[in-house]
Amino acid sequence: MNTILEVQNLKKYFSSQKAVDDISFSIGKGSIFGLLGPNGAGKTTLIRMITGIFYPDSGNINLNSKKFNPSDDVIEIGYMPEERGLYKKMKVGEQAMYLAQLKGLSKQEAFTRVKEWFEKFEMQTWWNKKVDDLSKGMSQKLQFVTTVLHEPKLVILDEPFSGLDPVNTNLIKDEIFKLSQKGTTIIFSTHRMEQVEEICDHIILVNKGQKILDGSVKEIKQQFKEHIFSAEVDRIPAVLEHPSFSIVQQNNNNLTLKINEGYKSNDVLMHFINQQSNIIGYHEILPSLNEIFIRLVEGTPTARKFEPVTA
Amino acid sequence: MNKILLIIKREYITRVRNKTFLLSTFLLPLLMFGLIFGGALISANSNEKRKIAVDDESGLYKNSFKNNSAVEFEYPSGITRADYKQKGYEGLLVIYSTGKQKADSIRLFSEKQLGFGTDEAIKNQVQKINENMLLMERGVNRTILDSIRAKSESDDFLNYRSYQVKGNEIKEDNKVLAIAIGYVCGFIIYIIMIIYGQAVMRGVMEEKTNRIAEVIVSSVKPFQLMLGKIIGIAAVGLTQLLLWIVLIFVLSSFSSVFISSDLLQHAQQMNATTGMAQDNTVALKALEIKNIVFSANWALIVGCFVFYFLFGYLFYASLFAAVGSVINEDPQEAQSLALPITMPIIFALFIMMNAIQNPSGSMAVWGSIIPFTSPVVMMGRIPFGVPETVEWWQLALSMISLVGGFLLTTWLSGKIYRTGILLYGKKVTLKEMAKWAFKKS
Repeated sequence: MNTILEVQNLKKYFSSQKAVDDISFSIGKGSIFGLLGPNGAGKTTLIRMITGIFYPDSGNINLNSKKFNPSDDVIEIGYMPEERGLYKKMKVGEQAMYLAQLKGLSKQEAFTRVKEWFEKFEMQTWWNKKVDDLSKGMSQKLQFVTTVLHEPKLVILDEPFSGLDPVNTNLIKDEIFKLSQKGTTIIFSTHRMEQVEEICDHIILVNKGQKILDGSVKEIKQQFKEHIFSAEVDRIPAVLEHPSFSIVQQNNNNLTLKINEGYKSNDVLMHFINQQSNIIGYHEILPSLNEIFIRLVEGTPTARKFEPVTA
Repeated sequence: MNKILLIIKREYITRVRNKTFLLSTFLLPLLMFGLIFGGALISANSNEKRKIAVDDESGLYKNSFKNNSAVEFEYPSGITRADYKQKGYEGLLVIYSTGKQKADSIRLFSEKQLGFGTDEAIKNQVQKINENMLLMERGVNRTILDSIRAKSESDDFLNYRSYQVKGNEIKEDNKVLAIAIGYVCGFIIYIIMIIYGQAVMRGVMEEKTNRIAEVIVSSVKPFQLMLGKIIGIAAVGLTQLLLWIVLIFVLSSFSSVFISSDLLQHAQQMNATTGMAQDNTVALKALEIKNIVFSANWALIVGCFVFYFLFGYLFYASLFAAVGSVINEDPQEAQSLALPITMPIIFALFIMMNAIQNPSGSMAVWGSIIPFTSPVVMMGRIPFGVPETVEWWQLALSMISLVGGFLLTTWLSGKIYRTGILLYGKKVTLKEMAKWAFKKS
């Protein structure tokens, strides 16, 4: 897999905190990359360095295997910040043209691209409207269009769906997939884990300025699995207990069980078979990213809080 | 570079297309004329006549006080300090006297303050009457006295003019004109710096609170964004200035239509033949005013005006931009942080008002060199003549330090701006701003 962006030992310290403290990762071309982390973890600072808004204190950013040069490479990057921003008094069409030209498109190019995207999103009638007159969802769409208008190789979206209704969310989600299929790489920063599971190939989790997790969604789930399985049987066996597992939850004939160490699924199934219970369903329950997120981010301080003090 | 041009274009077009631009372009001159004429009218009317009762024990001053536009004198009998008010007078002038020769003392009583002008006018009159009495004592006839007075005050006798001489050059010294031009130019620059400086500040605040700044600075450098905005607004200011000049030109040529060219020519010929303005026609007066106005060195004044207009604005604009960049949607915060910048501009206006009275004083000279006040103060001094009043070295030093100051403020403000524009939710103090400005980049 070709890497489009490589970040090496990136550091950015502010006077009051280490906003980004030695983070490294790489992103494959055409992938959808999730950048996760709680509020104040350093995501925005990280993104601002990748978009050339901030200079890192140390470390390297390589774009397309070359050292990232903000003034030349801005055309390769499209950035939609978490807090949306548009000139309220400016007309929609002019605004899109202006932002496209600032990225380096010629007037002609900008015009054809804007028209193209406006048609795609059924926004042609907005051209002479002021941004003030648009609803929140509409201006979100406009913001998305202005982000991808110049066909950047790397699109960075910070909470792109906040404030969008399901219809428009799907519209933009589809566009994200289409862009990805065409080879555009997307960095997707969010707190909403169900979207990450749905969209992202690869994620990193950042907390307190440091990377604490890196891998594909599948790998990470495997990494954090707790050997919990769901089993459905036609009747509960007379003797339910067995050293191979312990019951986590029982709901009529649906069992959630945890396999004890040293045992495998087949030991559990064998027990049910020996007890004359028919197995209707059996599958592993992998932790959701949400659970992993909460466990990793909140786990440490809470555990520490309840630690008995040993002197 | 291309991107700065784009930013300049956007700033310029969105502002010029705005209705407030047109309104302010045409209303501001009207407002200024209104203020000047209104002010003149009010000050003329405020001199309403004071009715003063005169209680003259000596009888020497009876009917000697002349009524003028400010004071009216009456000589009712049996008036006292207790009842002058009921009889409808605002003041009572009592002349105490033991003999018939002269007044021992003269006292003016009033309930309200009658004002400095009234006091002075009465004192002058008393002095003149005393003088007349002394002259008549020595045997000067009353009619002779009157005719001497009338003649000595006539234009023929009081043909006074002052000239500025430098080498072979002799120029009529027109203090009133210089004061007027200096005041108007200095005042316009003062207004421009405040209005356009605040426009820059508001523009930066808008970009920050709208959160568009982050989108833009992912395409261009923050410094480019700041510079583009400042230059764009400067272009708007220059456009407005140009429109004003055109407006003045049109109005003045319109006004000269009223005075037919025939009449002017006639007057000019007469002026040439007799060498002196004797006929008091309206045309001649107009010609005289025109000649006086044209006697000013307009090329220099306009040139300097454009320079100080532009660089005075540029000097302050980046400071306003820096302040705008650290504000979080709180107009109160904007006011308190902008105060240290508006203070020197207001201070400059006061120095300028002093400078037009005393253009060679040391406060005027240094005020016109230090870049914080120089745009306003120097424009107050230049109409008095370069190099007669403003020496060349002073003008050169003032211009160089202003351009240098502009580069310095822009460089320092750029660093504040770069940090401030992306900083949200934190109240920034002046101390922190200073720290950012002087941080090594």
